[in-house]
Amino acid sequence: MKLITAYIQGPKLNDVKQELFRNGIYKMSVMTAMGCGQQLGYQENYRGVVEEVNLLKKIRIEIAVNDEFVKPTVDAIIAGARTGNIGDGKIFVQALEECIRIRTGETNTVAIG
Amino acid sequence: MSEAGITLQEVKIAIDTLWVLLATFLVFFMNLGFAMVESGLCRSKNTVNILTKNFIVFAIATISFWVIGFGLMFSDGNSFTGLSGLLFASGMDNSPATGDAYTGVYSSLGWAGVPFWAKFIFQLVFCGTCATIVSGAVAERIKFHSFLIFSFIICAIIYPLIGHWIWGGGWLMELGMFDFSGSTVIHSAGGWAALAGILMLGPRIGKYKMDGSTKPIYGHNMTSATIGALILWFGWFGFNPGSTLSANPEALAHIAMTTCIAAAMAILSSTVTSWITQKKPDLSMIINGCLAGLVAITAPCAFVSMTSAAVIGAIAGTLVVFSVFFWDKLRIDDPVGALSVHLVNGVFGSLAVGLFAEQSIGTDLGTGALVSNGLFIDGSVSQLLAQGAGVLAVALFVFSVSMVVWAILKKTLGLRVTKEEELAGLDIGEHGMEAYSGFQIFNNL
Repeated sequence: MKLITAYIQGPKLNDVKQELFRNGIYKMSVMTAMGCGQQLGYQENYRGVVEEVNLLKKIRIEIAVNDEFVKPTVDAIIAGARTGNIGDGKIFVQALEECIRIRTGETNTVAIG
Repeated sequence: MSEAGITLQEVKIAIDTLWVLLATFLVFFMNLGFAMVESGLCRSKNTVNILTKNFIVFAIATISFWVIGFGLMFSDGNSFTGLSGLLFASGMDNSPATGDAYTGVYSSLGWAGVPFWAKFIFQLVFCGTCATIVSGAVAERIKFHSFLIFSFIICAIIYPLIGHWIWGGGWLMELGMFDFSGSTVIHSAGGWAALAGILMLGPRIGKYKMDGSTKPIYGHNMTSATIGALILWFGWFGFNPGSTLSANPEALAHIAMTTCIAAAMAILSSTVTSWITQKKPDLSMIINGCLAGLVAITAPCAFVSMTSAAVIGAIAGTLVVFSVFFWDKLRIDDPVGALSVHLVNGVFGSLAVGLFAEQSIGTDLGTGALVSNGLFIDGSVSQLLAQGAGVLAVALFVFSVSMVVWAILKKTLGLRVTKEEELAGLDIGEHGMEAYSGFQIFNNL
């Protein structure tokens, strides 16, 4: 079992979701995130004062999958999120120790799917 | 001057002036309503931009209407434009003298017994309303400076010219077209200019999908939109009854109530229509419905009975819902429903005069003894034909001139912001600031 975490551009969320659905991956958590990386920031002006904003608005997706789904999931996220420009985002894959479905008490591979 | 010091005539002038200015301030308050409806029905990342446009557009209206607009619209000239006292509204004028005693160059307003600047400021807030209509329709994608330039042109030239035709002694007035408070002059004119702008701009990114379906782009604050609609309704009690330009008790009371009853019926009919067509009553449609009823009753409010006002409102509320679906079918992206409210119902309201007007009401109220009975009153079509001519003339003129102006702006300064800016939001792109700093907002479209 793996936990896949991806940071993507906000407007690409719909494309990523569509790619995931097309590959049979329907379960995910999505949240807003702020972050900085190679993309650098932008300037805001407020009442004559210029400020450099370097934390950009991003979207974070978390998907827990069984091992055979790792590659399709990663591929789908790339297919949906990639524009080729700096700022497209990153994907992290981590080992996942345990998973329990609250309603039934099922664990691990059964609970994830 | 009598022995007592004040004549009855002077008392009447004072009361009339108070009423005209009170109505003016109510219409001015509609700026707040437009700002709230438009920003509420758009996304949070464009809020600063929409509020800035709405704030600044009244300033533009004030200056351009003062410099040239008022002169073009109301001064004596030919059938198509005013020609005397054009600049800075500085022509000869001896208001509040009326009728034969009036000797100024703005004789199309010579019937109103209030001081000159009271007439001016009342007409000014109307001009501001016309320009504001465009702002919502082109929201979330137009370059700020191009919008400003267009606003100057509509306030200084486009609106005053058609205003002259219908209210300033021009050819449509001679033809017998009646538009009491401006369903055509203000609302459908603003609507045609907005339609031209939308066609030149194209839809917002993500609104229409490749497969032909429409994706809803949700408004970000329905509280703001609702408060805005109620403020507009409140302001309309100055907009319609104010056009009497005198404290004529019978007319004020009648018009206030036709205005209210049309809005009420439109709210109910838009609720039912959206409930049936969309399965649930959609608040944004009910808000559009209320405004549609108000726009539709704006032309006929002084010539129709309460029953007719109710019917007009009911039709307007139904029309507006189907109209929203219709523009989306054509892939004409109007974020706030400005076309459905102002254009479609501005046209309908103007034609409604030709359907429901009653000469006896215009005569009794002193609001227009020359209006002919409408088609549904005694079967005669003369008034309807005059209304149709006015609607058509304004459509052709405003739409084509606006198209030319938008096209020139597109070629020179550019109309639309870049794709990156549109996605990030115009608040950062055009103004470098956010409306809700410190909030984390889900920004995926």
